[in-house]
Amino acid sequence: MKIELNNRLEEFSPPTLTISELLKIKNFTFKMLVIKINGQLIRKEEYDQSVIKDGDTVMVLHLISGG
Amino acid sequence: MYLDVLLNKTVGIAGCGGLGSNCAVALARVGIGRLILADFDIIVESNLNRQYFFRDQVGQKKVMALRDNLLRINPSVIVEIHDIKLTPDDILRIFSPCEVIVEAFDQADAKEMIIETVLTGFPDKFLVSGVGLAGWGNNNSIQTKQFGKLYICGDGMNEVSETAPPLAPRVGIVSNMQANVVMEILLGSCPGTQDGQKI
Repeated sequence: MKIELNNRLEEFSPPTLTISELLKIKNFTFKMLVIKINGQLIRKEEYDQSVIKDGDTVMVLHLISGG
Repeated sequence: MYLDVLLNKTVGIAGCGGLGSNCAVALARVGIGRLILADFDIIVESNLNRQYFFRDQVGQKKVMALRDNLLRINPSVIVEIHDIKLTPDDILRIFSPCEVIVEAFDQADAKEMIIETVLTGFPDKFLVSGVGLAGWGNNNSIQTKQFGKLYICGDGMNEVSETAPPLAPRVGIVSNMQANVVMEILLGSCPGTQDGQKI
């Protein structure tokens, strides 16, 4: 499937992925995250169930301290 | 005229430390109509390496000292202050008059909280967040990314640590980028400029 991940086109071999699977493949091990699929905010409890499919727009925002 | 537009705008600043104090000063200087500031902290000496406060203000509440400083720069700006550690409910109450909210917290978990709160509770409002500003150098790693009505300014990567402190230059760059994004949201792109870069 092809998705837009953080404003960049990316291709993955499985036809769908859960958020948890995507984080594992991309090696995103951050603790503080904000994730949206097609503009919809996904809560942490939903990472195992929320499915990303071909054509989706995904934002994975990694938050770090400093201000 | 851009000044007339700005005069009728209200911007919220969540956190009045390095990002919030400098962003608020920039917006006061350009003539924003009204600023709503929130912070619970007091000024300590170590803040003076980057935050828009003065040595004789150490010990004061940040929101009160920042209001004083903003009004010394521009007495016309209306400054509303909230001495409070913001919860999601507070954010939805205090910032409801704002078209744009600036996320200027220090801690990653607070950044996550306000982004989630605004995305779900205020889907029509713009949020301008600062993420990744520790250390010094590496100007060109600092960028602005847009995700719908959420803007992220910073390098997205460098977290504050013992060896990478938050310091005036990079914190100033990111906070002024946030102010610059706020202006672009409120005014559209500047008619006297072109997109891109020559050098």
